[in-house]
Formats: sequence, structure tokens, C-alpha cells
Amino acid sequence: MLVNRKLILAHFWLAFAVFGIALTLGAWQMFIRSPIGTWLSNPELYYRSLTAHGTVMGYVFPTLVAMGFGYAISESALQQRLVGVRWAWAGFWLIVIGSVMAVIPIALGRASVLYTFYPPLIGNVFYYLGVVLVVVGSWIWVALMSINLRVWRKANPGAPVPLAMFANVAGSYLWAWTAVGAALELLLQIIPVAAGLKATIDAGLARVFFSWTLHAIVYFWLMPTYIAYYTIVPRAIGGRVYSDSMARISFILFLVVAMPIGMHHTFADPQVGAGFKFIHSAFTALVALPTLLTVFTICASVEIAARVRGGRGMFGWIRALPWDNPMMLALAFSFVMLGFGGAGGLINMSYQLDASIHNTQWITGHFHLIFGGAIVIMYFAIAYDLWPHLTGRELIDVRLMRTQLWLWFIGMIVTTFPWHWVGILGMPRRMAYFDFGDPAIAPQALSVTLSAIGGFVLLASGIMFIVILARGMRAPQTDAGPYRFALAVHEPKTVPVALNTHALWVALMIGLTLTNYGYPILNLALSSGTSVPAVYVGAQ
Amino acid sequence: MSAQDTHGSASAEVAARVERRWATIAVIIIVVMAGLAAFAGIHRATMPQPRVETIDPSRIHLSGEFVESNLGSVLEASGAVTVRAIGQQYSFTPACILVPADTPITLRATSADVVHGILIQGTNVNTMLVPGYISEQLMRFTRTGDYLMPCQEFCSFGHEGMWGKVKVIDKTEFANRAKGGGRLSCVGQ
Ligand code: HEM
Ligand SMILES: [Cu+2]
Ligand SMILES: [Cu+2]
Repeated sequence: MLVNRKLILAHFWLAFAVFGIALTLGAWQMFIRSPIGTWLSNPELYYRSLTAHGTVMGYVFPTLVAMGFGYAISESALQQRLVGVRWAWAGFWLIVIGSVMAVIPIALGRASVLYTFYPPLIGNVFYYLGVVLVVVGSWIWVALMSINLRVWRKANPGAPVPLAMFANVAGSYLWAWTAVGAALELLLQIIPVAAGLKATIDAGLARVFFSWTLHAIVYFWLMPTYIAYYTIVPRAIGGRVYSDSMARISFILFLVVAMPIGMHHTFADPQVGAGFKFIHSAFTALVALPTLLTVFTICASVEIAARVRGGRGMFGWIRALPWDNPMMLALAFSFVMLGFGGAGGLINMSYQLDASIHNTQWITGHFHLIFGGAIVIMYFAIAYDLWPHLTGRELIDVRLMRTQLWLWFIGMIVTTFPWHWVGILGMPRRMAYFDFGDPAIAPQALSVTLSAIGGFVLLASGIMFIVILARGMRAPQTDAGPYRFALAVHEPKTVPVALNTHALWVALMIGLTLTNYGYPILNLALSSGTSVPAVYVGAQ
Repeated sequence: MSAQDTHGSASAEVAARVERRWATIAVIIIVVMAGLAAFAGIHRATMPQPRVETIDPSRIHLSGEFVESNLGSVLEASGAVTVRAIGQQYSFTPACILVPADTPITLRATSADVVHGILIQGTNVNTMLVPGYISEQLMRFTRTGDYLMPCQEFCSFGHEGMWGKVKVIDKTEFANRAKGGGRLSCVGQ
């Protein structure tokens, strides 16, 4: 029962609108720094664009998708009207106001600090305040998800929480806690300096705070995708979830192990000692576990669908899958990109291998493949699947949907494979310009050109996506029926308390964060003489 | 027709067994990976810098290890080489680092203003320069020649122009040049 459709549609439309803008900026960046682009006489414009692209793609877009999807899950999985609708709208408007507030100084070139902030570079205070408002808006969503689940529990004592909602709430808690790192950095360190109340800042401590956010935020981006793998895909292709409890265990593992590992982002930093780097790198290995479990469960669920459709043989069942179904196509593409991206991730997480690609274009290639590829393609699939239920109108153009997904997949491969390669050659990231005339850099020219071409394929696919959804708003009306989630092969009648509640796991998440971050943060915060003068962007 | 026919306790047992097997494999993969990383770290000495060293960036030009006259490469009595460098918007000092081949080298560097990074292309030398802290990295070059050394972290509007160079020369030639004492670099050569 989707009652508050307007609320959900507002989140999705805003998400896809800002996505479209940021995607255009991304394609422009790729082009302008490639050999086929003309030299940008003012490199500063590149960094404005990069700050906008990163801030939107990293913070605004995925947060809005998670929120809109979360509200849809809450109403349809719990079959309960959303409690706190006014608060939900307040959260939405906070994000609108925050985004506008952040984008104005970016456009004026007053906040070209990139989405990672990295002090002592300091931009205009309104940029940071805007980001804070976006996060506060999303925290309202976290609270609402928790409240709605509690209301449902009261009405259904002891009943198993539907998997989609269980995962959704786990994701919201993960986000609430992982955002705390950047929030502390912004509120305690950066904003006082940006507002002119202080003139110095500890850059090393800021990087540690940011790493607290930077790792687990990627699992927050990933949550809607994983929820779709488990609870939408099997239903959409006519199968069942292989194992309900394995699904719950995977989401719990994300909650617990995604947090205490962020310092792998500081492998090359001087302000963290080797001991904590080692601890975080060991914990990082653990985070592969929920993904490995997911790959297994989803493949098994897909196989069930194929066998139900009459598929036979060791691998012959693959042919029996409904390949003309956009959900099936999106899942397959997502898994291929997850596979390549995951292999790249294993390289990043090992200290020794990371040294040769740290902060090179390999990293940008890697996260575009995983995030822009494996994750975002499932955001598309979620939108396609939900749209008829939100608009009451059918999405007729299934062929166009398939083309769009194909283009996104091809575009992503063409963009990111050469992008990885130039990273291995040592091409640094975040640069407005490269002198491809230099014989040492010339070998990278072809790869960068390929990436730029791939970028335009992605742009075309993104435009198609928005066109499909917009046309869906004017299609003939239908009754799509209630929105349903996949059933498990063995639907749980009862679930152990540990797999039905979050309290224990949230406590573990917080506890592990404190043990893995407490000492390094206190140590840096208490050591004197490490604060350095702020350098204001655009002040020259 | 639905997935009903996979129901039943026998199939549930099979499912649980397959699942357990996969979980075991997953755990083994992870333990092996973590073990390999630990082994390579200890055995091959490819470990991050062990200690955290701090420094006041507003005073580095005035006194101490990173004053201008102390920057560059120096041949230690032990035969090893120490390179000291700083990064600032938007250049490295020295802009061209001169080092010998086949020699253990310690790079010590810091930043005078914002966060920068040092990356030597074609090698795995790669470290952040965070103002207030000293980065130390061990390196060793087996091939003589020129290497590009870009700044790998955004450091404001001139970041794209912050490229240094490393020149690796023959060991004996380096020793000859080092005879006069002082700090070596290849700036202007
Ligand atoms: C048309 C497709 C896209 C292209 C061509 C593109 C291109 C780029 C480029 C050139 C950069 C800067 C790399 C550098 O200078 O080091 C970048 C950064 C980034 N992109 Fe994209 N992008 C695209 C789509 C996406 C998508 C779909 C996402 C995620 C949803 C995304 C997220 C990001 C993020 C988070 C950054 C980091 C910004 C930073 O380093 O400050 N991009 N992108
Ligand atoms: Cu991470
Ligand atoms: Cu730089």
C-alpha cells in the first residue's frame, strides 16, 4: 500500500534531476581534460565542476534515492501508512535548501574544495552548512524509519520483520552513524574556521574524521541496490529468495564491519601509525564476506527462477532466464560490474598494492565502476519497477528501457577500463589538465580519449533514463496493484530475535568504531602543535 | 507452477548444506588474503611508516630539518641516502630530486601549506603530505633515468601544474657528486 506517493515521487524526481545535472558535468570534465578537449584557459572552472559533481553524486543523489526508496519500503512492506509524513516533507525541504545553499558558493568559485573537504583548504561557510542541512534532512528519515518499524512491531508483536524493512532500517542506522565522522569534522573543525572564528585547523585529525565517513558511506550507497537484489529481483523474474536468514546475516554484517575499517583510506598518510593501519586493513578483509554471501544467495535465487521456468542442466538454466525483463538485464550487468569492481577493491585494500595506485585515476575508475556502474544501474531498475505503482501509469517502452541499460553498461565499461589503466601508469587524479605532448604522458592519451567517449555514452543513457520516466508520467493509467517484495523459498514463520532486531548489532557497530577510532582520534586531538593555518579558497 | 515444489525438509537440508559450504569457502578466502597481507608486510618490509612525527609548518622555512639549505639528497656515512623535500602550492622543493640507483633511500617530506601528495610514476612510491606531519617512505630504484613526480592530491587551483621530477643516476656518479658535501638536486639540469 503506497499512500504517500507524492512524497516518494518528489524524492526520486529530485534525485534524478540533480543526477542529470551532475552527469552532464561529469561528461564535460572527462572531455575537457582529454586530448580531444581544448585547453581550458581557466582551470578553476574544472574544480568548480568537480566539487559540484562529487557533492551531488556522493551526497545528494544517493541519499535522496535511499530516502524515497525507504519510504516506499516502509509503506509497502509493513503495509502501514507512513507515520510522520510532515517530518518527512521537512526532511525533503531541508535537502532542497541545503543543496541550493551549497551550490551557490560552488558556482561562484568560492567553495572549490571538492567533496572530500580536506582542510586546511577552506571554502565558503555556506557550502559546508548546506552539506550539513542535507545530512540533517537525511537524519529525519533515519528517525522515521526507526519509528515506523516500532509502530509496526507494537501492532505485530513477535512477527518477523519483512526482510526489505529489516535491511532498510539497518541501512539507515549505518548511515546515521557513519555520517557522524564528517559531521564532527564539519562542526568541530571546519565550520568554525570557515566562519572566521578560528584560523588554524588540524589537517591530520580532519582526515581521520573523514575516513570514518568515507568508507561506510559506500555501503549506504550500496544498500538500495542490495535490498533490490534480495527483495525485488527474485519477484520480478519469477523466483524466490534462496535464504531469508542468509540475507539478514549479510545486512547485519554490513552494519557491523563497514564502520571500523575506514582508516584504509589513510594508508599513505603520516598522521596514523602502522598499528591502526594494520588493524583497519584486517577488518577490511572481513567486509568482503557479506558481498560473497550475497553473490551466492542471489545466484541461487536466480537459478530457482530459471528452473521454475523450465531451465535445465548445470549451466543450461541460464538460457531460461527472462532476458527481455529489464530487471534481469540490470541484475546481470550489475553483477558483472560488481565482479570487476570487487576484484579492483581487493587491490585497493591491501596496503602493498594500494601504494602503486593510491590517488591515481585507478581510484576514480574503480569507484565509477562500482558506484556509478553496479550500484546506480540498480537504482535505475528500482525506479522502473516502482514507477507504475507511484504514478498509476504503465511504463510501456520496455525496449527503450533495455537499450538504456545496455548503453549504461557499455558506457561504464568503455569509460572505466581505460580509466583504471592510466591509473596504473601513474596518472594522478583531480587534475584539470594533462600535457599529452610530454613524451612521458603521451602513452595515456588514447586511454583517456576512450574514457571520454564512454562518458558520452553514459550521458546518452542517463538522458534516456530521465525521458523514460518522464514519459511514464503521461502514459495511460493502469492499476499496478499492491507493491510486493520477493518471498523466500522458506518464508520465515518465526525469526530468532538476533535476526529480527537491530539493537545488538548497532551496539556492536558503535563499540567497534570506538575501539578502532577512539585512540587515534583522542591521540591526535590531544597532541598540541599540529594545527596549521587555514588556506582560504578563492581568497587570492 | 511455482517454487512450491522446492519446499520440504529434504530440500531445506540441502540448501543449508550448500550454504554452509559456501560460507566456509568465503571465510577461507578472507583469512588467506589477510594472512598474505600480513606476511608481505612483515617479510618484505613493505609496511607503512611506523611512527607519527609532527612539525610546525609555519616555522619550517626558519629552522629545523626542512630549512631550504637542508632540502635535497644527502649521502649518509652508512652509504644510504636521505632525501628531504617539501611541497607547497604549487611546486616541490627541490623540483628535481637526484638519487642514485641500487641504494636504499629514505624520503622525508612535509607540506608547507595544504595537503599534497607525492607519487613517483612507474614505482610504488606514493605518500600524502599533510601539513603538521612528516611523511617518511623507503625507496630503492633499480633503473636509471627520469621519472615524473606529480602531486596526487587536489591542492587548489594550480594543482594540475604541480609536477616534479626524479632523476636516478648511476651510483658511482652520485658518490662523486656527493664528495663536496652539501645537498644534491637536479634543479636546472
Ligand atoms: C557520464 C558519466 C560520468 C563521467 C564521465 C564522470 C566523470 C568524472 C570525472 C572526470 C571525475 C573527476 C576525476 C578526477 O579529476 O580525478 C569524477 C569524479 C567523481 N564522480 Fe563521476 N562521472 C560520471 C558519472 C558518475 C556517476 C554516475 C557517479 C556516481 C553516482 C559519479 C561520481 C563521482 C564522484 C563521487 C567523483 C569524485 C569527485 C572528487 O574526486 O572530488 N560520477 N567523475
Ligand atoms: Cu573505504
Ligand atoms: Cu596538488
